Amino acid sequence: MSKIFDSQKNYEETKKECGYVSRKDTTQDDYNRIGFMSGLEVHQQLKTKEKLFCNCPAGIYQKSNDYNAEVIRHMRPTLSELGGYDGTALMEYKTRKEIVYRLKHETACTYEIDDTPPFKIDREALGIALEISLLSKLNIVGEVHITRKQYLDGSIPTGFQRTAILGVEGEIELKNKKVRLIQLSIEEDACREVSDIGHRRIYMTDRLGMPLIETVTYPDMANPDEVMEAANYIRFLNRSTGKVRTGIGAGREDVNVSCKGGSRVEIKGVSHNKWIPELTHNECFRQWSLLKLRDKLLNNIANTIQWKIVSKELNYKEFNFIYQPLKDASQNGSKIIAVSLPEFKSVLSHFTQPNKCFANEISERLKVIACLEQPNMTHNEQFIPDISNDDFNNISKLLDCSEKDAIIVFWAPHEDIETALETIEERCKLAFIGVPNETRKSFSNGNTIFERVLPGADRMYPDTDSAPIPLENEYLDDLQKQLPVDLIERHKQLEKWKIPHDTFHFIFKNNLLPTIENIINDFKANPVFVATLFSHNLKNIQRKIKPVSEFNFQIIYGLFKFLNNQNIHFEYAKEMLPIIYQHPKIEFESVLTTLNFKKRTKNEIFAPVKFLKERFKGTGKNKGENEKANWVMGQLRKQAIGNLGLKELINYIHNNEQ
Amino acid sequence: MIEDFFQGYKGHALEVLKKFNVRVWGTAEIETTRGKFTGTVLPRSENDDDLHIVLKIATGYNIGLDIRTISDMKETGYKKANYKIPEKEFPYTPNLPKVKLIGTGGTIASRLDYRTGAVIPAFSPGELYGAVPELADICNLTTEKLFAVFSENMGPEQYKKLAIAIGKEIENGIDGIIIAHGTDTLSHTAAALTFMVQNSPVPIVLVGSQRSSDRPSSDAALNLINATTAAGHGDIAEVMVCMYGPTSDEYGFLHRGTRVRKMHSSYRSTFRTLSDTPLATVSRKNGVQPIKKEYNHRRKDRNVIIKPFFEEKVTIVYYYPNMQPDIIDSLVDNGYKGIIIAGTGLGHINKPLYPAIERAHKKGVHIFMAVQTLYGFCHMYVYDTGRDLMAKGIIPAQNLLPETAYIKLGWVLGQTNDPEEVKRLMLTSINDEITRREPYNGYLVYQGGVPEVENFLKTFHK
Repeated sequence: MSKIFDSQKNYEETKKECGYVSRKDTTQDDYNRIGFMSGLEVHQQLKTKEKLFCNCPAGIYQKSNDYNAEVIRHMRPTLSELGGYDGTALMEYKTRKEIVYRLKHETACTYEIDDTPPFKIDREALGIALEISLLSKLNIVGEVHITRKQYLDGSIPTGFQRTAILGVEGEIELKNKKVRLIQLSIEEDACREVSDIGHRRIYMTDRLGMPLIETVTYPDMANPDEVMEAANYIRFLNRSTGKVRTGIGAGREDVNVSCKGGSRVEIKGVSHNKWIPELTHNECFRQWSLLKLRDKLLNNIANTIQWKIVSKELNYKEFNFIYQPLKDASQNGSKIIAVSLPEFKSVLSHFTQPNKCFANEISERLKVIACLEQPNMTHNEQFIPDISNDDFNNISKLLDCSEKDAIIVFWAPHEDIETALETIEERCKLAFIGVPNETRKSFSNGNTIFERVLPGADRMYPDTDSAPIPLENEYLDDLQKQLPVDLIERHKQLEKWKIPHDTFHFIFKNNLLPTIENIINDFKANPVFVATLFSHNLKNIQRKIKPVSEFNFQIIYGLFKFLNNQNIHFEYAKEMLPIIYQHPKIEFESVLTTLNFKKRTKNEIFAPVKFLKERFKGTGKNKGENEKANWVMGQLRKQAIGNLGLKELINYIHNNEQ
Repeated sequence: MIEDFFQGYKGHALEVLKKFNVRVWGTAEIETTRGKFTGTVLPRSENDDDLHIVLKIATGYNIGLDIRTISDMKETGYKKANYKIPEKEFPYTPNLPKVKLIGTGGTIASRLDYRTGAVIPAFSPGELYGAVPELADICNLTTEKLFAVFSENMGPEQYKKLAIAIGKEIENGIDGIIIAHGTDTLSHTAAALTFMVQNSPVPIVLVGSQRSSDRPSSDAALNLINATTAAGHGDIAEVMVCMYGPTSDEYGFLHRGTRVRKMHSSYRSTFRTLSDTPLATVSRKNGVQPIKKEYNHRRKDRNVIIKPFFEEKVTIVYYYPNMQPDIIDSLVDNGYKGIIIAGTGLGHINKPLYPAIERAHKKGVHIFMAVQTLYGFCHMYVYDTGRDLMAKGIIPAQNLLPETAYIKLGWVLGQTNDPEEVKRLMLTSINDEITRREPYNGYLVYQGGVPEVENFLKTFHK
């Protein structure tokens, strides 16, 4: 360990080796080269009055410190229906977390804490979910079987989520391709996490049990933008029913990504679709870099099966540690453990994601599996070392390391050391295989961290507490009759109206087409005008103004109706909109008063045109014809708007040239 | 035995499977008017209708298909599931107590039963060790399955068999006994064993679970851990029920078998000691922590007394306003020898029943009065009604819980029919089925909503 290894350089080199490029510089060829593959699991809360399996109200949230009682549970893995233990289940069990549930009378009953079996499924939720299944062109099942899907992270107090398939094998139509759907299920939402520190994880139970659907696609998406497009499409399809919840957390996607030769990795709970491209891009390259790392390791290490870590407890006093976490550890009674990773030189600083290297993969697992809060380790390939070279040399001697080995130093309470050592060895050994199947947590910068081992199909179990629910043809036929128009048809409708493309996103996101259509049909309004009033004007206002009470888009229909009845030109809507948005309950009449609107005939408005043109000559401004017309227009705009179309006025100004 | 290829299917659904030659556990491609489905055909619960076929699809979920929509089915493979809790040999550790687990059925360890769609118990030490490995650190466990019946099917025959089996185990030198039992009638069995197994030198712990062990949040494992701790290491050598204290996974209570009752249909913390405090708390970490000062201590001798008697013609009548005398008459006419009445308030029933009571008494039927309030004593001197009833032959059963009174009367009548002896035995407490005093903290049914209770709920884990 005498020579100093340039870990920064190693990081940059390994980054180059895997061919990492930033997303904006990546072409489809790049994605094809590394075999980008991605599928989606789109979660959407349904807008129902009550929760899915009990009669608690849905959609009421509390602050995390607002609760009436707490319950503690520990989760233990059980066998699946087909007789296997699930990998995640066993990992979660290793962590031995104490799970605390916070209960509030208003939002939780004994069902939420698993002290009462489920009540009958909420029919309102089932109906909405089936509508969306039909819209997704899925084959609808004949009988709904409630299944238990194990979750040992504690996010559901039973240890499983009650979920049921409603349809399989559907498809959605994107701009350039069709994406196949695997299935759609209805399920109960999980708890919201309050904190997760050491061996104690705290959850709120307000969201628990709210009806949710999950639409799962095949991995048909071949680049990050397609993934986002599909995510948006499914989200907008769900919203087109007008029966789903919107707002923070109401729609969340799990994004599955793999590269050629990689493994399915699930990026969990992405609540903003615009994050998807960066996340999937980085994940695909992370996998690619892990494969490069594997090839190197297999080249260097002859016997990967026998490969083992070596560890020793360090006596704090024998070293000159100045790194604060080590000082803290020695003070709070934690043990400091040094681990040598034989022949792992250059591995810990190997590139994985922008600003992340292989050492992070180990540290993240130590946090989740061994419950060691970060920072929980350091190593001898830090860009800026936490431990001096001298100390590392001594540790190296103690562990009997060679030049080719890497060293990790971690600190932990006595009882967590065994799990920590197993975790380190396990992650290193997984590097020989390539990309571990795991679920990862997303960050807005496009990076992800380890969350759990990816669960398999082995975690399913029939719900012995509930009977199957038959779905008769008559019931489905009735639902079919009340379906909204297909999203793709709506798309075509907008095209036909020549509505600008940049308005589409806002329209679909807020499910505005039915309202827009009504305005156009009922009041003969110009489609482009109506669409842009929403997607440009209103969107702009939303950014700047906060309404004093809840604003809903139906108010704008009312506005058009009002203007139509009053015989005021629709253009005046733009003037009124900011006030109406800010005060959703205001009378339209009072808005007119506030804006000082006066009814004028065309003649009254046109009358001063000639005079103004004369005056323009006296202003000494640029003498161009357009400038003149615009100046006159400016003088008359306030009196004119609402009384006649501004286009008509400008035409009049131009045409009355003498 | 011929293999059942169509497990649970009947009627129309069975015909469809036969028509297309598709078996249960066969992987199948199925064409329907609602599209194509692929998956493994699963057995169907016998109680479900005959219009659907159950399929496990590739993602692990189960779905049902309406046979009226099926146009074609094709079996493309066959893969029978092998559901087995991993069996690991239960390790023997010197110096740990020997504990015997006697199985009666119930949900301590269980697996899926396709026939009913419910769960059935799994049991061997190896299976238990596979599911709850902590047990090996607590004791050396052996198991014996005496019978496999659901809790509600336990009865006198099983009580007697259990008592005899327990006697043998004690003679053979066991350090503690656990009885795994469904929770519905757990307290009945606990009472019966208290009367049938007297002077035990070792703990006899009845344990069950409110959530079957096929779910990650089951209380089975913790109950089992607590029960083995109490049976192997505890000093209380009585018949006890070991179940959750709070609904949180924190500690268990040990309840005296005669004073315990299931008080909620589904809560984990459903078992409560009535009109008294529990005997002790128990946890892996703190062991058995007695709450009551007086109890029977563990002994080295083997001087247990087994009294396996039970008269089955005993019943319990839950009184309600306007109860008609023919209820009592028909019991007498059907040869019942003992009746426990769960009366209102301090132990009352209405006047129209008087003649029927007199008639029963004359025919030699033993009638005891317990209270449906569950808490408190039967006090028949307070009102005239009570005095009238006593005059007509009803004997107040002090604060015997109605179910305990029923079990005790059955046990007493199994030994004697002499009215004075029956009365003496009934009113002589064996292990606090009648308490001499009612402690002030024995009745604690607090109500939510008041600030001090809400404060308690927020401060301590439920």
